[in-house]
Amino acid sequence: MTQTASAEPKKGSALKRSRGGAAGDKVFSNTALAAGVIILLVLAFVAIFLVTESLPALWPQVFSNQDSIASADTFGQYVLPLMGGTVLASIIALILATPVAVGIALYISHYAPRKIATPVGYVIDLLAAIPSVVYGAWGMTFLAASMVPIYGWLHNNLGFIPFFAGDPSTTGRTLLTSGVVLAVMILPIITSLCREIFIQTPKLHEEAALALGATRWEMIRMTVFPFARAGIISSVMLGLGRALGETMAVTLVLSPGVFSLSLITSGRNATIPSEIALNFPEAFGMRQSELIAAGLMLFIITLVVNMIARWIVSRHKEFSGAN
Amino acid sequence: MSKRIDARNLNVYYSKFLAVEDVNINIEPRSVTAFIGPSGCGKTTFLRTINRMHEVIPGAYAEGELLLDGDNIYAPGVDPVNVRAMVGMVFQRPNPFPTMSIRDNILAGHRLNGARMSRSEADDIVERSLRGSNLWNEVKDRLDRPGSGLSGGQQQRLCIARTIAVSPDVILMDEPCSALDPISTLAIEDLINDLKEEYTVVIVTHNMQQAARVADKTAFFNIAGTGKPGKLIEYDDTSTIFSNPANEETQNYISGRFG
Repeated sequence: MTQTASAEPKKGSALKRSRGGAAGDKVFSNTALAAGVIILLVLAFVAIFLVTESLPALWPQVFSNQDSIASADTFGQYVLPLMGGTVLASIIALILATPVAVGIALYISHYAPRKIATPVGYVIDLLAAIPSVVYGAWGMTFLAASMVPIYGWLHNNLGFIPFFAGDPSTTGRTLLTSGVVLAVMILPIITSLCREIFIQTPKLHEEAALALGATRWEMIRMTVFPFARAGIISSVMLGLGRALGETMAVTLVLSPGVFSLSLITSGRNATIPSEIALNFPEAFGMRQSELIAAGLMLFIITLVVNMIARWIVSRHKEFSGAN
Repeated sequence: MSKRIDARNLNVYYSKFLAVEDVNINIEPRSVTAFIGPSGCGKTTFLRTINRMHEVIPGAYAEGELLLDGDNIYAPGVDPVNVRAMVGMVFQRPNPFPTMSIRDNILAGHRLNGARMSRSEADDIVERSLRGSNLWNEVKDRLDRPGSGLSGGQQQRLCIARTIAVSPDVILMDEPCSALDPISTLAIEDLINDLKEEYTVVIVTHNMQQAARVADKTAFFNIAGTGKPGKLIEYDDTSTIFSNPANEETQNYISGRFG
């Protein structure tokens, strides 16, 4: 038998001595934790504020000395048309903006020569830098007027569709115009996020498609879109978030009224943010509660939209390429 | 189906930079040809000119002729998309489409051609291609699972199956085993041996033993120095290249004196 020497465990090993940088690690982790906690706290306080302030409107018999709310018999009657208008305007914006945004993003990432792609990208980003009040002014004075003939045409030719029924507006200050303005406003968000994601498509996968004899468009459908799927959905949801909450532009463009499916008539429809902006300064008591409760509903819509988006993204997790 | 490849005075450029100079080579159908040489000598670049994949890089172009059974793929009016449908390619790193199942990966090429096929025809193609790449027994029970869930070696064989599913005339392989372990490498090498029954196979490899094991003929590429173009130095039967090369540079390279 051969004897092998073995080391005895040492006391006071050098491995246990702490190095100077360890403190920095601790500071950073605590800062990150604090930042996360603050975000949650702020969110919680906003939610608590919204709920407590809107209770009188949600349940007047219990939380106020009145039997009903100020502007309608029940809160539902008041808020549902507003929710409808908000969602309708946002959907118009999404339908108009998404294909254009994805198209521009694809052009920048996969079609345009670099000399053109970079300036086009900057111009799109500039759109995001324009203040919303400017969009509102542009929509009210320029876009609304130029939409009037289109509304006439839509009404004459497609009037059988409920959206284009009703008297076409003569001022153009309708929900459809607001939707178009919102579409222009959310275009840069969706475009720049999609572009970032399209660029990240692995070259390896693109070449695999090309080597199989795919044309450029087929390559995009086989590799870029599946890879970017979750990102496209997230960017559309961010755009939707902005469209749902956009206040100033809609307030300036839309001449509000009762809910209606007709998109080309003035004095119809209103959105929650512009309803709040128009009325909050003079509101008090029950009216104020109503408006805050409407804000709570908007908060809930946004939350639900985000949850749906997450669900869509997670449904195909296995095939996302992340594994 | 398999086609012969003839390159005549082929020069490959990246913008103004001449990357590969004056290649003349005749590759027989139903054979395995290996390209060897030090890094940067242009072997991969030349390989990619055989299916015009070098054009994916902006500014890259080729001059001269490359004939597939006498058809010049650089003739005016030739669509690279058609060339690539005839000349399949397997890449250095396995690249199955991550968003597709194993089955859909195999059928991707057929779907591109817009071929309408019944379920049973599609099943046939999937089984034939997977058997052809020695993968059938390992994946037959999970054809609907994502291809990215397989091991590296299996993924690479899936890529080969995807390539042979469309029955190309030529199969190009760009260091297909460099990311794989020895066992998977052996599986791929066996497969290459089977593939030459039906296809013209061209393989780029850094591993000279691999070239000696799989190739009928071997081409040695070299560069004179950084910034100089790569050249085809010697092209002969593999046994000649490795035992009795005509050129001194080849002798130096295979004996490990440089590279």
